[in-house]
Amino acid sequence: MLANLINGISLGSVYAIIALGYTMVYGIAKMLNFAHGDVIMVGGYIAFYSITLMGWPPALAVLAAIVVCTALGIVIERLAYKPLRSATSLAVLITAIGVSYFLQNAALLLWTSNTKVFPNIFEKLPGLRLGAMQIAPVTIITVLANIVIMVTLTLFTTKTKMGKAMRAVSEDKGAATLMGINVNRTISLTFAIGSGLAAIAGVLLCTAYPTLQPTTGSMPGIKAFTAAVFGGIGSIPGAMLGGILLGVIEIFGKAYVSTQLSDAIVFAVLIIVLLVKPTGLLGRKVNEKV
Amino acid sequence: MDKLKNLKKSTKVSFLNYGIVLVFFIVVTALANTGHLTNSFKGQLIPIVSYIIMALALNLVVGISGELSLGHAGFMSVGAFSGVVVSMTTANSIAEGGVRLVLAIVIGALLAGIVGVIIGIPVLRLNGDYLAIVTLAFGEIIKNVMNCLYVGVDGAGLHMSFKDAASMGMAADGKMLINGPMGATGITKLSTFTGGIILLLIVLVVIQNLVNSRTGRAIMAIRDNRIAAEASGVPVTKHKLIAFVTSAAMAGAAGALYALNYSTIAPKKFDFNTSILILVFVVLGGIGNLTGSIIAAALLTILPEMLRKFADYRMLIYAIVLIVVMLATNNEKIRAFLRDLGKKDKDTGAKEETANE
Repeated sequence: MLANLINGISLGSVYAIIALGYTMVYGIAKMLNFAHGDVIMVGGYIAFYSITLMGWPPALAVLAAIVVCTALGIVIERLAYKPLRSATSLAVLITAIGVSYFLQNAALLLWTSNTKVFPNIFEKLPGLRLGAMQIAPVTIITVLANIVIMVTLTLFTTKTKMGKAMRAVSEDKGAATLMGINVNRTISLTFAIGSGLAAIAGVLLCTAYPTLQPTTGSMPGIKAFTAAVFGGIGSIPGAMLGGILLGVIEIFGKAYVSTQLSDAIVFAVLIIVLLVKPTGLLGRKVNEKV
Repeated sequence: MDKLKNLKKSTKVSFLNYGIVLVFFIVVTALANTGHLTNSFKGQLIPIVSYIIMALALNLVVGISGELSLGHAGFMSVGAFSGVVVSMTTANSIAEGGVRLVLAIVIGALLAGIVGVIIGIPVLRLNGDYLAIVTLAFGEIIKNVMNCLYVGVDGAGLHMSFKDAASMGMAADGKMLINGPMGATGITKLSTFTGGIILLLIVLVVIQNLVNSRTGRAIMAIRDNRIAAEASGVPVTKHKLIAFVTSAAMAGAAGALYALNYSTIAPKKFDFNTSILILVFVVLGGIGNLTGSIIAAALLTILPEMLRKFADYRMLIYAIVLIVVMLATNNEKIRAFLRDLGKKDKDTGAKEETANE
């Protein structure tokens, strides 16, 4: 029971970190960035090759993944999304899907479809003993990373100038422009942060579930997106809460109901929550004006 | 000729669509009879027709009703597997393949429609991105449930289970119809290109008459301004549901047609990626534009096939084409250029307008 709970929180923490990327981009650019899951996959591959091919220490590998994914996020935003700033949201959505296909197929060509076994980079770290139960170091690191990211992001968005600019843009793009905020730069920054987080999530995900394929990112991507909506899309604490709840529900569903149906259970809970609270758990209710 | 000019614009567009489908049918049949079609292309014909129907069905929801659905492959899945079950159980009692195909399509459409009602009633209370995510969730749930579905038939009738093949309690001489994640195997290929085209024409007739009817105008009024429509006495949920369920039933019919073209079909064929693929057809063809859906679905199904000579690079090229087309069609300069072109010919201009909606 407790072991399941801890596993759930650990998996949920990965979802939460991915969901943050979705929610921040959605909050600011009002777009569903479907390529986000594939950025996770790229992060995983970069870390994998840094460790196995270059022989870099894990910390450096993670850093490399973050740098590459951040750059990738900025490039994607510049080339594919920026020209569509004024287009309909569906047009942007399809473009994002195009980018997602592109990343997956580029990865397929570069790194082939063979499954790579990701090394356990936290092997040397000590685990935690709780009575008879052993908690793996990767679990602890994931949860800790999640907390650190959450606190840093909250401080960033409330205390720094850039963070305040981000909130202003998500509130009202036009007014933010009038106040002298560089909207384009702020959106690029959001993509950069989101993609950097995706890199971290990629490394954590691959360490916990050590198989790496060009399609590794898509299912966690969809689930993290669900988590973001679950918590109320656009809200940072919402993404956290949604992610962790989703992880816990998934693990409990697997343990107590049915392994095969666990995804169905996750989505069924999501539907029920959205029917009761149509804007997600922590989402703001926007009143419709005539 | 004068009589043709005096037709309503919507009627003209309708006839244009029937014309496109018929020309496609005639050209393809002529090419096939003279041996100009490669085998790989022949194999693509029924998938093309199925995808065109899927694109039309989704366009009814996304374009006409204005709700984004990311789970339409789920309805296709329901239609596909119920169609397979029908065709296989009637194999002994009905000899004529065509009758079984029609029966499979009708039952597939019916069941998908029922699932559409079950899903539509809760889903259509939501708006915008939340509605999209719930349709996504339902699509995943359908895929997941289909993955655990076992159906078999023996002397006593149909057996069903969500656990495994053994727990169905089927007699020893029974035959497995759907085998969990393996899907259905040993399907008799009943689908024919002619049958597909007839179904496509029926779907077109239904959609175009629906869109140009009082109900269709009500649906579009809700899309354009829900509050104004509600204030004018249009029952919102009822009309949204009509569009959604019609679309679901059509997707089910397309699914049955699609599945009966293969000897095996697995539930994972109808996943999120398939839903997205169809959405891509709709958006690239122009949201709300039926002609566009037909052309986009046909071209984009053939495109990977035509790119076959690039082998490994074809999906990469497909992705790049998709991005470039989206960027180009949304580029202000190119749009202005197209609009100028359109002004020279009033008729094309009007079509641009609908495409740009």
